[in-house]
Amino acid sequence: MKAAAFDYVKPDTVDQVIALLQTHGDDARVLAGGQTLMATLNMRLSEPLMVIDITGIAALRGIERRGDVLRIGALATHTQIEESALVKQHAPLLTEAAPHIAHRAIRNSGTWGGSIAYADPAAEWPACLLALGGTVVVQGPRGERRIAADDFYLGLYTTALAPDEIVIAGEIPLARPGQWHGLSELARRHGDYAIVGLAASAQRQGAALSGVRLAFMGVATTPWRARRTEQLLEGKVPDAATQAMAVASLRAEIDPLPDLTNTPETKRHLAGVLLQRLLASAHA
Amino acid sequence: MADLHPLHVTVNGQAHRCSIAPRTHLVDFLREDLGLKGSHLGCEHGVCGACTVELNGQIVRGCLTLAVQADGGSVQTIEGLSQSGVIRDLQQAFVARNALQCGFCTSGMLMAAKELVETRPEATRAEVREWISGNYCRCTGYHAIVDAICDVLRQRKETQA
Repeated sequence: MKAAAFDYVKPDTVDQVIALLQTHGDDARVLAGGQTLMATLNMRLSEPLMVIDITGIAALRGIERRGDVLRIGALATHTQIEESALVKQHAPLLTEAAPHIAHRAIRNSGTWGGSIAYADPAAEWPACLLALGGTVVVQGPRGERRIAADDFYLGLYTTALAPDEIVIAGEIPLARPGQWHGLSELARRHGDYAIVGLAASAQRQGAALSGVRLAFMGVATTPWRARRTEQLLEGKVPDAATQAMAVASLRAEIDPLPDLTNTPETKRHLAGVLLQRLLASAHA
Repeated sequence: MADLHPLHVTVNGQAHRCSIAPRTHLVDFLREDLGLKGSHLGCEHGVCGACTVELNGQIVRGCLTLAVQADGGSVQTIEGLSQSGVIRDLQQAFVARNALQCGFCTSGMLMAAKELVETRPEATRAEVREWISGNYCRCTGYHAIVDAICDVLRQRKETQA
């Protein structure tokens, strides 16, 4: 199919974007990499009157270290993150996650900010942001504000972003020595959305783990943290007995939504498989 | 609403100035306005990869890119790559390995394969499969396509050795 007609504007500054959003409200859509928006336009699932192309805003580009965080601009593409030496050094979970995002042609266009703002519960970046305790930086008419990833995802495709705000960056605390991370996902085909996925991080204290964060993809209306199981793992050595206990805890805690081909029971089982694999790798 | 927008774009080395409706995606512009029919449209929602073209040196989904977004940029299509000869070895390997089949997916496969052999010269067969899994072949000719790309990776490595 073809997109319905729309007006197209390409502002140079975030302030111009915000003014346009205030004027046009829900009739406008923000276009960055377009790897979701263009598909919905082509299928006429979305028929905005105006498309605001933000890819000309230089301030939204770039990946840099700022103090104790890695700041990734909203327009950084998945490929740029995948190939960034800074990301590999300071947020290696992202380097590991990037190849799971669709395919190369899509990673070349799709953006970090777009994925964070779109909030697909099966997508990699929102889950990674949660697993690493990241922060979403947004800008609106009242200026800039920082929202913890834990507070950003409210419901299905619903975030704490106000209608006249845009995501300008996402910040990740720099990986400290002894940080452990892991990512595992099951998809029908590599690059497809996860049936179930898990992004995890922790600090190693000797053989034990502390500050465990387990962020699941594809199980709830948002990326979802298994907080009870995280607590259970606190201070534990992830040996075989702990792995079994954690998997049992997770399967009691998790309440997955089905998708077209997988029941909640299947997803509950698969979530446990992923947790077991990652904990085994943490123990290795 | 929806006024035409100016578009200044270099396609296969040739500059074009025109006006275009914002809703037109890149492959419709290439096919309908410029008559370059080598890039194909399959699904038009980014899944099949038949529309893959190079924009500013990287492969993109032509159906998920607005033509106006190419303004000021440079596009390479299969026609350009064929004429310049930069993927002659890939094209020959596709013929030799019977990897063409009906040909519908071939231009997208070649665009994707070009970026693979240029950016990942050490790619293993498994990595080739994973990379090319973003492109659908409706004849299911995948094995032959993977064989052809692996041949070129090997040949290019031998040539450099």
